[in-house]
Amino acid sequence: MLTKRIIACLDVDHGRVVKGTKFSGLQDVNDPVELAKYYSEIGIDELVFYDITASNEKRDIFLNVVQETAFNVYIPFTVGGGIRTVDDFNKVLKAGADKVSVNSAAVKDPSIISSAALKFGSQCVVLSIDAKAAGDSWEVYIDGGRTPTGIDAVEWAKKGEALGAGELVLNCIDTDGVKNGFNLRLNRIISEEVSIPVIASGGAGKMEHFLDVFTEGKADAGLAASVFHFGEIDVKELKKYLSDNGVNMRI
Amino acid sequence: MVGIIDYDAGNVGSVMKAIEKLGGNPVLSCDRNVLDKCNILILPGVGSFGLAAKSLKLRAMDEYIKEAVSKGRPFLGICLGMQMLFDKSYEDGENEGLGLISGEVLRFGEGNDPAWDDELKIPHMGWNKLIRNRDDSLLAGLSEGEYAYFVHSYYAVPKDWNDVVLYADYSVRVPGFVRKDNVMGMQFHPEKSSVTGMKLLKNFLKEGNEIAD
Repeated sequence: MLTKRIIACLDVDHGRVVKGTKFSGLQDVNDPVELAKYYSEIGIDELVFYDITASNEKRDIFLNVVQETAFNVYIPFTVGGGIRTVDDFNKVLKAGADKVSVNSAAVKDPSIISSAALKFGSQCVVLSIDAKAAGDSWEVYIDGGRTPTGIDAVEWAKKGEALGAGELVLNCIDTDGVKNGFNLRLNRIISEEVSIPVIASGGAGKMEHFLDVFTEGKADAGLAASVFHFGEIDVKELKKYLSDNGVNMRI
Repeated sequence: MVGIIDYDAGNVGSVMKAIEKLGGNPVLSCDRNVLDKCNILILPGVGSFGLAAKSLKLRAMDEYIKEAVSKGRPFLGICLGMQMLFDKSYEDGENEGLGLISGEVLRFGEGNDPAWDDELKIPHMGWNKLIRNRDDSLLAGLSEGEYAYFVHSYYAVPKDWNDVVLYADYSVRVPGFVRKDNVMGMQFHPEKSSVTGMKLLKNFLKEGNEIAD
């Protein structure tokens, strides 16, 4: 059967991974391509490159990184950050990315999801949702979690699927960076409401959190950044732990 | 040269790069004169069957493929490219495929297979274990139970299970690698399936070059 996926996310600024990493044996811990190779070798199932370069003129540096990665790494990888138009999709896909994730731009103009899905296929359109608790429900935020939209996260997830998104990344602002675990309830609600895969993001601090989000949270994949980069969670160990606990893993 | 058939079927960058990495020389084309110089052909493909079939026809590539294959040229269809090898698909209505391998392509849950589990998500997306149905020379160096990366909502239902080398279990049996002599197809993306996929591609290129010689 299909395995649950473990995904590592790399934030890239001006072609360099921000916040470095603590892997011994790597010549250049800020080189995204070298890191991608490393992760691929230790068995990560997928990678996400998130471009946080603020200035638009510097986008070409990032595209070079994507190209280099595509030539060296043979697992699926998604590119996100600063995707605003169908042409932006085109550029990163041409550079060799497999999927493109879109967030704020899709809230501002949902038709970008359907246009991209029609042009490149749903399988490469990933809708990334930043959600924050608002009473009994969750509200969608955009612009890197700064701007509330008044949109209900569950409704937005359903609409994203209907428009042709092939996958959802659910980033919970409340749990992000706290390392207290993923938002199990929201992951579960959305996983039950949509038929496309849901990637849980935000909150991983220890291995048990992944087990919880795959079982109770019903997520299809778990994404994390710093806990992997800083070796707080070892990817190989994590996959073995999950497998030992009955979660189907690629080992 | 390895001819990648160009019919506007989505993202072919990663296939090209994988071939290059393995020492092959990929060319993307729908020009017979160019493809004639290629000793190996690959039909990539993401997107929907109906559009792809039309697009292939529009470029007369359907006839070209049948011709090339009948002359024994090694041929590999990937993902949608594998589905196109079959007689017909029910994606976008009913559409005819290349008919190089007998069988049909159905949407998960729409076949008559009672084994289908309604709880499962569509698309079948992610890593799944490859189960050996029969042996094949392309499996050289592959261990039992390696994983490959799949993304698809439709799957092939072959008439003859002897054409299936590897399959995956998604409540129903999903053909992953089909082969009839020089005609081969992979439902998963070998170019995205890490070491496992690269081994299969490497074996395909090696054997392809031997057949073509």
